[in-house]
Amino acid sequence: MIEVLAAGPYATVQDLGRPGLAHLGVPRSGAADAPSLRLANRLLGNPEGLAGIELTFGMARLLFHDGAWVALAGAPVDSAAGMGAPFWVAKGRELRLGMPEWGLRTYVAVRGGIAVEPVLGSRSTDSLSGLGPEPLRAGTLLPVGRPEGVISVDLAPPPGPRPAVLRVTPGPRDDWFVPDALAGLCARPYSVSQDSNRVGVRLSGAELVRAKEGELPSEGMVTGAIQVPPSGQPIVFLADHPPTGGYPVIGVVREADLPVAAQLRPGDEVRFTVRPAR
Amino acid sequence: MIRAVGEHGLLVETGSLELSHRLDAALRADRPAGVVEIVAGPRTVLIVAPRANHGRLRAHLAGVIAQERDKGDATSADAAVMTIPVVYDGADLESVAALAGISVDEVVSRHAAQELVVGWLGFAPGFAYLTGLDPVLETPRLDTPRTSVPAGSVAVAGPYSAVYPSASPGGWRLIGRTSVRVWDVTADPPSLFRPGVRVRFQPA
Repeated sequence: MIEVLAAGPYATVQDLGRPGLAHLGVPRSGAADAPSLRLANRLLGNPEGLAGIELTFGMARLLFHDGAWVALAGAPVDSAAGMGAPFWVAKGRELRLGMPEWGLRTYVAVRGGIAVEPVLGSRSTDSLSGLGPEPLRAGTLLPVGRPEGVISVDLAPPPGPRPAVLRVTPGPRDDWFVPDALAGLCARPYSVSQDSNRVGVRLSGAELVRAKEGELPSEGMVTGAIQVPPSGQPIVFLADHPPTGGYPVIGVVREADLPVAAQLRPGDEVRFTVRPAR
Repeated sequence: MIRAVGEHGLLVETGSLELSHRLDAALRADRPAGVVEIVAGPRTVLIVAPRANHGRLRAHLAGVIAQERDKGDATSADAAVMTIPVVYDGADLESVAALAGISVDEVVSRHAAQELVVGWLGFAPGFAYLTGLDPVLETPRLDTPRTSVPAGSVAVAGPYSAVYPSASPGGWRLIGRTSVRVWDVTADPPSLFRPGVRVRFQPA
């Protein structure tokens, strides 16, 4: 059992989410920076999809009621242990994690995984719909699952911050905007707004001007979609995005760049570059 | 027309809810390899297939669309109708009647007379936009949404009706309540509603 002594600004349990239920109004959810959760699990010999803890801006304190192997990935936090390699936390010891040096979301994986009760096949907290476990707070007790397999990877060099550039595939609704809107999206950096969350990265910068008036009938949305509300300020959808939406999507961020988007902090600058569809 | 949605999505323009539902049903009955999500909307169907060959999938979709378009109107009529018993005692029943210029009894009879069809789901898990509402009952959403609407509340807003699947904030006008659990995370499937399901409300 792991006892949360402090959760930091926002911390949740996340696995790889609830794919396949969008038609029932269920967001995919799951780790915002999924490759980092997968890496932390691999370091421990866990299946990649086991649940871990997703910290936002670090600052957590976790008390281990039993000894456990732990690995950290994603935004590098100040800790006694270090990133990208498994380490042992002894029974009764506390793991203290500081503020990330860069990035936003840090993943704490435990050998055996966090074993809270799954909902619709996933242990993820969905911040939009409220499915899954409550966000962590002081006093939350997290059960740990039974380890399987062996720890076969001993080190993954932690990457540095990646350039905050998001490659975009145009469409499906770029034709709802004036012809040079995509060029405008890419011309100057946008700034990440304070009200960004697991639903999306809200941006402020050049206004994306619509060519078509009226309402777009609600349609299915994907992670990475750049949705443009009437304000003309884009939102990049992350893991907890609504499954359907009615604002036009000017482009979609490439999957490989979703972890970059998930690590953007309020105040960061980010650029877009267009990568045409194949 | 089929539009690319990023690297993994294809958005089929069906142009109608009816064709969206038929395409959705056909793809669910015979799911192409690699397809993870099929999301019907009022004029579109989104297909997400991360590991699939999209060239092949586009060709397959074009075939299914042509086939479903040619079928005419015959298909959905034989599907079963789901009956939802409703106690019509909602907090906004009188305001809906006043806005429509009819009696409360007529609101009830008009709401229960029409067969509705689940258009699509969104807003919250299990929240279905039911289409086919009697146009007389079309009313704007509340100016100030309620902070909490109980699960099972039956409501109208614009051209739609809905059953709140779980307690949530909401701005729709409440006309009644049902004891039917339309959303249950322990059930498989968790939602009674999915796109294309036909629904009739019945005064309880």
